[in-house]
Order: sequence, then C-alpha cells, then structure tokens
Amino acid sequence: MKWFISHDTLRSLFQETLEKDCGEKVSHCYQCGKCSAGCPISFQMDYLPNQIMRMVQLGMEDQVLSSRTIWLCASCLTCTVRCPREIDIAEIMDYLRRRAYKKQVIPLEETEIPLFNKIFLRNIELFGRLYEMGLIGMFNLLSGEFFKDFSCAPKMFLKRKIGIFPHRAKNIREIRDIFKRSGKLAHSKKDRLLHPKLLFLNLFRKFIGKIEKLK
Amino acid sequence: MRYAYFPGCSLHSTAKEYDLSTKAVAGTLGIELIEIPEWICCGATPAHITMHLLSLALPVKNLLLAKKMDSYEVATCCAACFNRLKVANHFMENDSVHRDKVNEIIGEQYSGEVKVRHFLDILINVFWLKNLSERIIKRLDNLKVACYYGCLLTRPGEVTQFDDVEEPHLMDDLMKILGVEPVDWPYKTECCGASFSLTKTDIVLKLSGDILQMAYDEGAQAIVVACPLCQSNLDLRQAMINKKFKKNFDMPILYFTQLVGLALGIDPLKLGLNKHIVNPLKLIKSVGVL
Repeated sequence: MKWFISHDTLRSLFQETLEKDCGEKVSHCYQCGKCSAGCPISFQMDYLPNQIMRMVQLGMEDQVLSSRTIWLCASCLTCTVRCPREIDIAEIMDYLRRRAYKKQVIPLEETEIPLFNKIFLRNIELFGRLYEMGLIGMFNLLSGEFFKDFSCAPKMFLKRKIGIFPHRAKNIREIRDIFKRSGKLAHSKKDRLLHPKLLFLNLFRKFIGKIEKLK
Repeated sequence: MRYAYFPGCSLHSTAKEYDLSTKAVAGTLGIELIEIPEWICCGATPAHITMHLLSLALPVKNLLLAKKMDSYEVATCCAACFNRLKVANHFMENDSVHRDKVNEIIGEQYSGEVKVRHFLDILINVFWLKNLSERIIKRLDNLKVACYYGCLLTRPGEVTQFDDVEEPHLMDDLMKILGVEPVDWPYKTECCGASFSLTKTDIVLKLSGDILQMAYDEGAQAIVVACPLCQSNLDLRQAMINKKFKKNFDMPILYFTQLVGLALGIDPLKLGLNKHIVNPLKLIKSVGVL
C-alpha cells in the first residue's frame, strides 16, 4: 500500500490535539507492534493498531477517522496493558471514535457498530435500564437484517431470559437530565437515529448480499 | 458484611441465573446484599465510545445512590459494570478536571469515596477462602473446568486492582477449594467478542469458537465465567458456532457462583441451573453432585 505524506498533514495539529484532549502520548509509540500482535480482532481490521498510531503521528486524520479499525476495536484493553510505552491505545481508539462521530465521518462499510451504540444509548435515555427487546428490534429494523437471531428468541423466552416489556424507572427525569447536561458540556449535538441515506444504504447492501448468495 | 448491590441490566434479564445464584450464595454465607434502589445502566461500552463524560456520569449516579443508602461499598457481579464503576471512581479520585465536570452534570459532590468490589473479590479477599472451605457440604470432585476471566475483570490493572492482568488466578483458587480441578490453559483473558454479539456476530463466533476449542483441547468439561456477556456469547452462540465451524461442542458455561452454591448444598434450581441454553445438569449429575 502506498501512502503519500504531505507537509500539510505532518504539520497538522491532529497529534497535538489528540494528546491534549485524551492525555495519551501517541508520540511515544516506537512501533514495536505488541498491540497488533495481541489484538483479537486484528484479522478483520484494515489498518493494524500500531499502524493507526503511526498514522496519528503523521497527522493522517482523514484516513484514520474513516478507517474500519477504530470501529472494530472491541475495547478489550489487551493492547493497553501490554504497551511498553504505557500508551492507553484503547482510550485513543475511543477518542478517535468520538471524533469521528462529531465530524460525522463514519465509513460506509462499518455502519452497524455506530448505529448499535446510538440505539443502545437512546434506549438507556428512554428507560434508564437496558430494554433488550427494544434494542434488538430497533437494531434489526434499522440495520436491515429484520430476522437476525430469530432462532435464539424462542429459547430466550422459554428460559425467561428476556422480557417483553421495558422496566420503567421512577427517576427517569434525572437520567434524561444527565444525558442532556453531558451533551451540553461536551458540545455535542444529538444525532438523529434515522438517517434516510443510511437506512437505504443498509437495505440495499443486504439485498445485494442476498442476491449474491443465491447465485 | 453488608454491601450495596449493583446487579446491572444483564443480571435482570439475560443472566438471571447469575443474579439468583449470587443472592443464594450470599444468603447462605451471611453476606448481606441490598439492591441499590432505582439503579440505572452503567452505560457499558456504547457510552465510553460515544461520550466520555456520559460514561463517567452514569456510574457516578449509581455510586451516589449507594452512598445515600449509607453504604460505602458496592458489590457487583457483572464484569463490565465492575469495570465502568471502577474507571469512574478512578477518574473522580485522580482527575480534578473531570471530577468538576461530572459533579456539575450530576449536581452533587462526589470524589470517589464509595469503594467497588466484585463478588469474586468479596468471596476470596473479604470472606476468605479458609472460612469458605469450612462451609462446604459437598465437594465437587471429578469435575474439570476452564476458568475464563475475560477482558474487563482484570484490565486495566491499575484501575481494577483485582488480579494479575495476564495470568489471573483468583477463580482458579476458588475452584480448588471447592474440589474442582481447574485446567491450565492459555485463553484465560482472551476476548470473546464482547459487545459485538449483535453487530458483528461473525467475529464473536470465531473468537468464542476459539475459546471453546482451547478449553476442549485442554480437557475441560465446562467453562466457568464471571461475566454475563462472556456467558451469553459462549452459551447462546454455541449452537451457531457448532453449525458454522462443523463442531460438536456440548460445553456448559457456568457462573462461579453456581459452583460455589452447589458446593454449599444449595438446590440447583435455586441457582438457575435450568436456565442455561447448553444444559449443565447432565454434567453435574455425572459428577455425582445431584
């Protein structure tokens, strides 16, 4: 893979702002590759974690924020505990994801995970505790895989492991206040769940996938 | 011993048996667990991916609710909740910038004075293994298990201060006291795919499949876990793993509290052993406990 590094990216403030905002010294990374060696999900990533660190050092903000890697990180913290330079790589991945949300540069190949996070948080905001049926139903609906995990549902109902109705918290107003105020302090806007473009893209991709399977 | 108990969302739904068995074991041993009234979700992984302040504010809200119960120690069973509560406490204690912001969001003052403990930690380091061994009625000999700790219970070490990050041993110690033989295996802290259960099921199937295969190869008859998400990925998805990789796993995934409960002579139904997808009762009968 060829990368063209320009003066502009090298002199950009990307690494500096990252180090200031999340307090992790990316500049300490000396590319030993321990993070990528231990990463359980590296086999699915487009850039390995150590490559992401290097790209941050080189100021390649656009490529980093639109990579699939930052969304595929499972936050298992293996890299963080193993880094010999004591860089909290998982925290940097978190920071990059937050930044990608803010700049709305989510890669088209990885829409499920950002969507899931949004639905999960909206769910907590509405009910205070997780309402699994709502989460699964909403996710299946918006991601275009309507019948995903349908085979598991009867078992879960029979074992009474999943409730049909949500729990209603009495202090729901306080919870909504927490959401509102943390959004305000972080200067982040509430994002719409339903992006017509995204919905259409998901459905279209699933449809193409089905046709290819039939072939 | 009295604790404010934070069950977390999973223990009220997909991991009911963990909740049941924890309460049964605590009741038998005289550990008082009082559920925090009106507790809320800790935010889990989606919160800290999306908004840092929110991921601190939600756990702090719960810790403040516990403080209002006059309880300065919180007990929790879910590894993810434990991790989030610990991380929030760590920030509130050491980082004045975040402390001020979170206090502003909550509208109350908090600086990390409520301590958080995992139930496994309580059993071993507060109740003591020696005291536990005196209370055992049925030793679970002839059972060989793989102790699976997962990611969030031990990591990051300086925040959770729980056990060794690469080679944890607390659960193995507990199993030895019960008479169970823990196998020595390398996947103790490997990731099961965690929160990708719904979004990236293929990744979860591969990672969980590898864990099952390793446990099987090392001769384990069951896997013992301390995290509801690990349990559901290994248990609920086991049939899918078998189908996808053409395997024949029939490996029960048990919570450590269930085995402790069995050794204390508690009725298996009260421990929720009938709630698993892969039926563990066959194995337990063959070992001669029932």
